[in-house]
Amino acid sequence: MDASAETLSIARPRPALTTGRAILLAGIVIALALPFVAKSFLLFQLTLVLVYAIAICGLNLLTGFNGQFSLGHGAFYAIGAYTAAIMMDRWDISYVWTLPAAGAICFVAGFLFGLPALRLEAIYLALATFALAVAAPQILKLSPLEHWTGGVQGIVILKPDAPFGLPLNQDQWLFFFTLAVALLMFWAAHNLIRSRTGRAMMAIRDNPIAARSMGVNTALYKTLTFGVSALYTGIAGALGAIVVQFVAPDSFTFSLSIALLVGLVVGGVGWIPGALFGGLFVLFVPNIAEHFSKGLSGAAYGVILILLIYLMPSGAGGFVQLVARRFASFTGRRSSRTGGNT
Amino acid sequence: MELLLQQILAGLATGGIYACMALAIVMIYQAIDHLNFAQGEMAMFSTFIAWQLLQWGLPYWAAFVLTIGISFIGGLLIERVVFKPIHDAPVLSHVVVFIALFAIINSAAGFIWDFTIKPFPTPFGTSPLFGSTLIGAHQGGMIAVTLLVLVFLYIFFRYTSVGLAMRAAAGNPESARLVGIRVGWMIALGWGMAAAIGAIAGMLIAPVVFLDPNMMLGILLYGFAGAVLGGLTSPGGAVIGGFAVGIMENLVGTYVPYVGSELKLPIALVIIVTVLVVKPGGLFGRVSVQRV
Repeated sequence: MDASAETLSIARPRPALTTGRAILLAGIVIALALPFVAKSFLLFQLTLVLVYAIAICGLNLLTGFNGQFSLGHGAFYAIGAYTAAIMMDRWDISYVWTLPAAGAICFVAGFLFGLPALRLEAIYLALATFALAVAAPQILKLSPLEHWTGGVQGIVILKPDAPFGLPLNQDQWLFFFTLAVALLMFWAAHNLIRSRTGRAMMAIRDNPIAARSMGVNTALYKTLTFGVSALYTGIAGALGAIVVQFVAPDSFTFSLSIALLVGLVVGGVGWIPGALFGGLFVLFVPNIAEHFSKGLSGAAYGVILILLIYLMPSGAGGFVQLVARRFASFTGRRSSRTGGNT
Repeated sequence: MELLLQQILAGLATGGIYACMALAIVMIYQAIDHLNFAQGEMAMFSTFIAWQLLQWGLPYWAAFVLTIGISFIGGLLIERVVFKPIHDAPVLSHVVVFIALFAIINSAAGFIWDFTIKPFPTPFGTSPLFGSTLIGAHQGGMIAVTLLVLVFLYIFFRYTSVGLAMRAAAGNPESARLVGIRVGWMIALGWGMAAAIGAIAGMLIAPVVFLDPNMMLGILLYGFAGAVLGGLTSPGGAVIGGFAVGIMENLVGTYVPYVGSELKLPIALVIIVTVLVVKPGGLFGRVSVQRV
């Protein structure tokens, strides 16, 4: 997105109920009704969609709004997942507290990884994070860590029950819990990019040198963005571990990082709600592809990615905006024509 | 002492493969300023083609040469079809397309030849080389073939007019175009050669790690480590880097506790991050300077 449109929309006084808000409200109402109509496996999948959406939202903050690359967000997802699993299994801590812990640990990890990343141009950062993603499963298997990580076998955790005696089964409760977390995270991301910090992030993306000469502390903002992005992905990882009830090194291979990147591009780079489309895509398209043949999901990913890059580089976000623009110009033209007639 | 020597020689042997991968990466990097994340999968696919040719009953060396030829054409086609249309697109588009290629080639190989692990023959035999216990015949063969490739490339770039044109196209595309070099085709040629070098690396390492669609991911990472260590702008440096990474990997695996005996990927991660932070140009490369 261009920064000028952002500032314009900030300056304009806004009506209470815009189309965007109406869609958001309708979405929330549908989401609230879903657990009572969907079968439990579908509900499980939809919960995972929300989990992926949070992770992709984190990647979007980094890539879409700060212009940094990461092929290694699967590693941060893994750190979050393992944090949750270890806390719940080894120390018997409630699942609710694993989320802030996973977020904090991933923030630190992301911040530390962002420090060297400061010196790296786009392509080298992609390389360093690529290495991180590929090496992550082996790091998790390292024998000194086996006491906590459970080595190759991984850790099995139990699904939490609904609290306060609510009449919900575990899947329904987990869906609501994930939905609440997702809404909170998206709201925070939305506010973050509209704040002074967000404008600094986007300035760094658009022109780092100009941003620096305007007094933006590029080093600080870049590492902080990396940290926040890892925080999002880490919280998603913790939620993912709770939903799937299992962590093992081989669930966090390079293909997870690919999936997150695919979700980002499909949803639209630099468009926050796009993460939801990305999550839906990442979860359901491989399933559909596997129906035709095992191992075809990679090919489906790849072909769709290449087509998107050629035909619609702005992803679902671009498509939605294109449709909205066409619609607006269509209705605008019609009303002006009728106006001329009368 | 003998263990040390043995490990260094084994490191040189696998280092040769990393050197080939590093070289392939550097060739594409020089041509289009991007890192080819699909390089490993391209090499894997070539190796599967070689395996298929062998299954059809071709003698090893015929399959070897034919595979190199097919890979060369394949690399050329990938550049022409996929990358030429986006040559001035932003970095993100390139990275995404590389990852897309990675996914497509990986799952295509799994689709055609399925995901079971297959043995791959070695032309050098498995007996110890010259009756010594230090190094196997296949490892000796790996080192020899790597050195042959290097000598061939050196002669090609140093003494042929096409090699000179390719260097000119990589170094200064505008001026090269002005003196009549078809820069686009030189880039495609670079892709073809990188694919061919990758095919050689794949066929040489397959007898060691066995053939399956995911076999090259770790090796690609070591190739990246070698290329970064030697310098992404220096082909010679990349080769030395590849050998150095191979030796380092074996020595660390032998003498440092807790580092497993299989492919030790975290070592590659550490090498890549350290070199990029401490000396981004690598040991023999130029630091790229950007004019504002």
